[in-house]
Amino acid sequence: MISARILRGVAGVAGFLIVGELTIRFGLTDDVVFPPPSLVLWEAMGLLADPVFLSGVAITLTNWALGLIASVVIAVPLGVLLGSLASVERATRPLLEFLRPIPSVAIIPLAILLIPVDSMMKVSVIVYASLWPVLINTLYGMHDVDPLAKESLRSFGFGAIDVLRRVSLPSAAPFMLTGVRIAAGIALILAVSAELLAGGTGGIGVFVIQAGSGNRTDLILAATFWAGIIGMVANSLLVLAERRLFHWHQARTGATT
Amino acid sequence: MLEISNLSHVYGSGPGAHHAIEGLNLSVAEGELLCIVGPSGAGKSTLLRSIAGLIQPTGGEVRIEGKLVKQTPDNLAVVFQDYSRSLFPWMSVADNVALPLRRKKMDKQQRRAAAQEALESVGLAEAGKKYPFQLSGGMQQRVAIARALAYRPALMLMDEPFGSVDAQTREDLEDLVLQVRGHHKMTIVLITHDIDESVYVGDRVVVLSKAPAHVVGDLKVELASPRDQITTREHSDFVHLRAEVGRLVRGLERTPA
Ligand SMILES: Nc1ncnc2c1ncn2[C@@H]1O[C@H](COP(=O)(O)OP(=O)(O)OP(=O)(O)O)[C@@H](O)[C@H]1O
Ligand SMILES: [Mg+2]
Repeated sequence: MISARILRGVAGVAGFLIVGELTIRFGLTDDVVFPPPSLVLWEAMGLLADPVFLSGVAITLTNWALGLIASVVIAVPLGVLLGSLASVERATRPLLEFLRPIPSVAIIPLAILLIPVDSMMKVSVIVYASLWPVLINTLYGMHDVDPLAKESLRSFGFGAIDVLRRVSLPSAAPFMLTGVRIAAGIALILAVSAELLAGGTGGIGVFVIQAGSGNRTDLILAATFWAGIIGMVANSLLVLAERRLFHWHQARTGATT
Repeated sequence: MLEISNLSHVYGSGPGAHHAIEGLNLSVAEGELLCIVGPSGAGKSTLLRSIAGLIQPTGGEVRIEGKLVKQTPDNLAVVFQDYSRSLFPWMSVADNVALPLRRKKMDKQQRRAAAQEALESVGLAEAGKKYPFQLSGGMQQRVAIARALAYRPALMLMDEPFGSVDAQTREDLEDLVLQVRGHHKMTIVLITHDIDESVYVGDRVVVLSKAPAHVVGDLKVELASPRDQITTREHSDFVHLRAEVGRLVRGLERTPA
């Protein structure tokens, strides 16, 4: 089952690369300079030995991780609080509904003006963007808690704090992790975007700008390739964690593993 | 032990309000096993929720051992009608059963032993490590019963606890309840729609009217104990009582004794 799926995926990627390679090598006119996949992959491998690129990746990933952690630390308690206090949630709902759809990338110019410390500015926009998926999913998880499960614990004489700790939080935990997984992808986009817009001493985005000023489309794509791989790996790891930790939830929602 | 006086409960308000219970009076003696039968939608579960302090009735009062029920009282356990939703899906079966015991002065080992003992008593000695979603409906129901039994409450409320088990298991569980009551001096209120079951298990059978529920019949069951699934059920007193309860449920007049 799974190996067949992987095989099909590999075949799809290989097919795409081959078609791309052939189109670029033989199909395009000479005045369009677009590097073929083989060259991009070759450069991508080369980047693994490039200290400038590697330190850039380290910088981007550090901002990414810091921003993601901070957003979880803020959004999970906030979501739990709003999810447990219906009146507070009703009061804040309109504000949330207004802020949430604003594309987070749009606040980067504002952040550049307001926050003079470069890395702090970058982490801040990552935090802002990742906040939403974690918050919304936490809220969703809190609403999804079965009232009868809460009543069951209450019927044995447990108080509100115990019900929160032993029923609401574990029941909402899978939703929180899903929120973190979605946030991880968004955080990576913001980490690179902030570098593209604000520059800086290093980072995947900074590397891409520098490659661009040297007209190195192959290097731009090679760096982008690694950004994509990082996003994919992070997503897969979190999917794996969801399945491992919350197999009971998968069974309940009927998800196939 | 349990005193219910002039209890009323209305869901909602205005023209759409539903009068679930109206002017219900009932008292249950210490150690008694009371069966409540009544038509579907009569308000039986509502009555049970009021006794457990899970809802605040709109009128009248409930007293347990003389104390007015305001919140969920200590020393009470409930087996909910919707057993599968009342179990915690993120915990193993054994942990589900052991969790309420945190309210007692028991260490981890004692809790685990008590949970295992209760699981054995419902015929699930091997299921402790499984998760609720891995069990059949009937098995989940027995876990819910085990959880209440392990708690050794002074008052146990059971809402159609044998609804989804096969006939053989049902008889075994009926006998288990009788046996537990004999050993631990529990007071038990058991809701059922099965007239035979109410007579077989109960010391007393109370019949509720259609909504709004109030008591329309209150019969003492004087059958020899220990009861036996075959001989008790063929006894003429049993047959007679069963017919009497049946007539009450159907709203017919009682036959003259
Ligand atoms: N939370 C609620 N809000 C509004 N109406 C409710 C609520 N809970 C129950 N009711 C209504 O109150 C009535 C009595 O419900 P209840 O669950 O107590 O009946 P029951 O006797 O237990 O029925 P059954 O035998 O089917 O379990 C029903 O008509 C039901 O629709
Ligand atoms: Mg009911």
